[in-house]
Amino acid sequence: MKHIRNFFLILTAFLITLPSAAIAGVPELWGINFQKAASPLAERIHDFHNLLLWIIIAIAVFVLLLLVWVILRYNHKANPEPKQFTHNVLLEVVWTLVPIAILIIIAVPSFRVLYYNDRTENPEMTLKIVGYQWYWGYEYPDHGNIAFDSYMVADEDIKEGQQRLLSTDTQVVLPVDTDIQLLISAGDVLHSWTIPAFGVKMDAIPGRWNEAWVRINEPGTYYGQCSELCGKDHAYMPIEIKAVPKDEFRAWAIENGASEEDFQTAALEASDEEQQTTENTKEN
Amino acid sequence: MGEHKPGFFARWFMSTNHKDIGTLYIIFSIIAGLIGGFFSMVMRAELQDPGVQFLLDEAGNPDGHMWNVFITAHGLIMVFFVVMPGLIGGFGNWFVPLMIGAPDMAFPRLNNISFWLIVPAFLLLLGSAFVDGGPGPGAGTGWTVYPPLSDLLGHSGLSVDMAIFALHLAGASSILGAANFITTIFNMRAPGMTLHKMPLFVWAMLVTAFLLVLAVPVLGGAITMLLTDRNFGTAFFNPELGGDPVLYQHLFWFFGHPEVYIMILPAFGIISHIVSVFSKKPIFGYLGMAYAMVAIGFVGFVVWAHHMYTVGLDVNTKAYFTAATLIIAVPTGIKIFSWIATMWGGSIEFKTPMLFAIGFIALFTIGGVTGVVLANAGMTVALHDTYYVVAHFHYVLSLGAVFALFAGFYYWIGKMSGRQYPEWMGVVHFWTTFIGVNLIFFPQHFLGLQGMPRRYIDYPDAFAPWNEISSYGAYLAGASTVFFCFIVIYTLLAGRRVGDNYWNAQPQSMTLEWTVSSPPPFHQFDIQPKVK
Repeated sequence: MKHIRNFFLILTAFLITLPSAAIAGVPELWGINFQKAASPLAERIHDFHNLLLWIIIAIAVFVLLLLVWVILRYNHKANPEPKQFTHNVLLEVVWTLVPIAILIIIAVPSFRVLYYNDRTENPEMTLKIVGYQWYWGYEYPDHGNIAFDSYMVADEDIKEGQQRLLSTDTQVVLPVDTDIQLLISAGDVLHSWTIPAFGVKMDAIPGRWNEAWVRINEPGTYYGQCSELCGKDHAYMPIEIKAVPKDEFRAWAIENGASEEDFQTAALEASDEEQQTTENTKEN
Repeated sequence: MGEHKPGFFARWFMSTNHKDIGTLYIIFSIIAGLIGGFFSMVMRAELQDPGVQFLLDEAGNPDGHMWNVFITAHGLIMVFFVVMPGLIGGFGNWFVPLMIGAPDMAFPRLNNISFWLIVPAFLLLLGSAFVDGGPGPGAGTGWTVYPPLSDLLGHSGLSVDMAIFALHLAGASSILGAANFITTIFNMRAPGMTLHKMPLFVWAMLVTAFLLVLAVPVLGGAITMLLTDRNFGTAFFNPELGGDPVLYQHLFWFFGHPEVYIMILPAFGIISHIVSVFSKKPIFGYLGMAYAMVAIGFVGFVVWAHHMYTVGLDVNTKAYFTAATLIIAVPTGIKIFSWIATMWGGSIEFKTPMLFAIGFIALFTIGGVTGVVLANAGMTVALHDTYYVVAHFHYVLSLGAVFALFAGFYYWIGKMSGRQYPEWMGVVHFWTTFIGVNLIFFPQHFLGLQGMPRRYIDYPDAFAPWNEISSYGAYLAGASTVFFCFIVIYTLLAGRRVGDNYWNAQPQSMTLEWTVSSPPPFHQFDIQPKVK
């Protein structure tokens, strides 16, 4: 019960350290909800979940209250003479139609989230991700093919500030406020690449390139863990993303082998798009 | 006729009597349940604290493969060797013929082989844990046996082949049993018992049998393809030679989704009878209840890819499966509300079977609403393969199907054995189980929302508190199960003897099993009953 005893201590410590925390995408002690959203995808998922949560709590409470009422009111002491009705057409129609209405209320925002999160039309850059037993390989095809593998830091090598089972030996550096296309595959068995704070999860499947996307809101360190059973070290191949401002990313990429041209083309493409968007807006 | 009884060996090892076979199935299910439950206890003990304490290899390092073997065994045992044999083979065999006024099943010897196929299936599965799998002894593939992990690439040893054969035998057993149920129910009902007068448990078994006949062969095909991929050089699922691992997932879940209804529909049937008998009221909306099960069975076949929202399906495909999956909530809602309406206005007695039935309704509702959350492809990206999913399916299975197993056991043990369990023991068992399983699984929703992936031997320290509570719940539920074994033994040895209709089932909720003695004669219905 040591965790329960330390609950308030931890809570206080947590509240004090919260404003200074650069680490954003990590689970929290006693957390009961999602990790803080760090992308428009995750924000949409969370908004939708908040809607769903009210609906399912209302339904569950409604059913439980009915059960409690039935237990109190219609137990054999309170109601020795059972009634014998077997039908109530109105009631049956209502409890068929009302759930259908609720499902429609759910389905509309559900589809909106699904289609928004599916893919980005004009990605500003691409990150290729390949899962292996038991590490992740990354490539930056738009930035001089920077490539590296990323392994978990073993428990005995954990340094101050690192997260056990979450920190990796090589962080994946990505720019914020950028539409990033993620291309995901695997080199041996199935894996699944995810960052909970981004609202992204996509299976890595040998022989396929699966596509996902993300746009990171704020700089910070974000963590994820392989989410498809992949053998004995399934729990030991985490994902660690370091999101940085665009100019910092540029510096990092150039230092690691990208050229200035890579960024010029990207900037050119981006400005083209901007122009097009402005033109479209004008036409509208 | 009634006096004819074979000797011990002939009676229990060559049995063609539906009640004896049902008893064998129930004994089998309890034994398998204790083994599968033992695996969960080890798993919860390991997960109680961060770090790896128990599942270590000889060098003292975490043995992730052993962990995978444990989770695989737990899943396969609970699905194929506990819930299915218990609900279908056990209660189905016992009570379908009794409820429809038949002397036995249509094919008694087929019934015998159905049972005797599942025993070697179980032994093969257990044996596979001691055979080299590749990364170590046993098959650590997860109960879904996804290639390439289950292919030679991930598991080069014989263990997976053994597990596949275990599933083949269990599948053959299920298909034969299902054919038997369909024939029995269509052809051997007492005069006057039209389909629309059939007890709901028999309806449930009929729908279940159809699901089995249509779904299990697909699993058989998928694992046979996997077997030939492994041994004979085919490449159905091998991308290097033009195969596709996702094809396996489609085939598996085309079986796997109906499978979850195969496990829950018989439970629905049992709960309906218990609610009616203990409320002293006829079942509310009988036809709606029956056809809701038919609808669930039907829709259950067109929703399979909601288990595969993250494999990279086309977005329109995901939209379809979202819509189809949401629809299942409608017939399920009809069932929940009809059970409550059956209790409404009743005169309810809270005997142990009724406690488990009410617990079932409450917890199945919670598992149902989290199912509505998971139905949404856009949402599931955040929850797929996390503990939220684990919590969801244990709420509907461990707290749904297993509660129905216990409810059925307490409801019918007097009929089956002629002896009644002590009521206070049943009540203690109910409350300890109820509190225990909720402690295990409710916090797992929080873990899942926070992003804890399933099938992990170790987890980041932030997940520790809820895991610790979950493990305490498991110990309580485990202790409660040991107590249940004690109740079974006590009841069989020293339980009070009971008469034909010991629950005092009223005419409006009467089914034919209450018209025969407890236990029923070896051959029942010497005079064929007639239904008005």
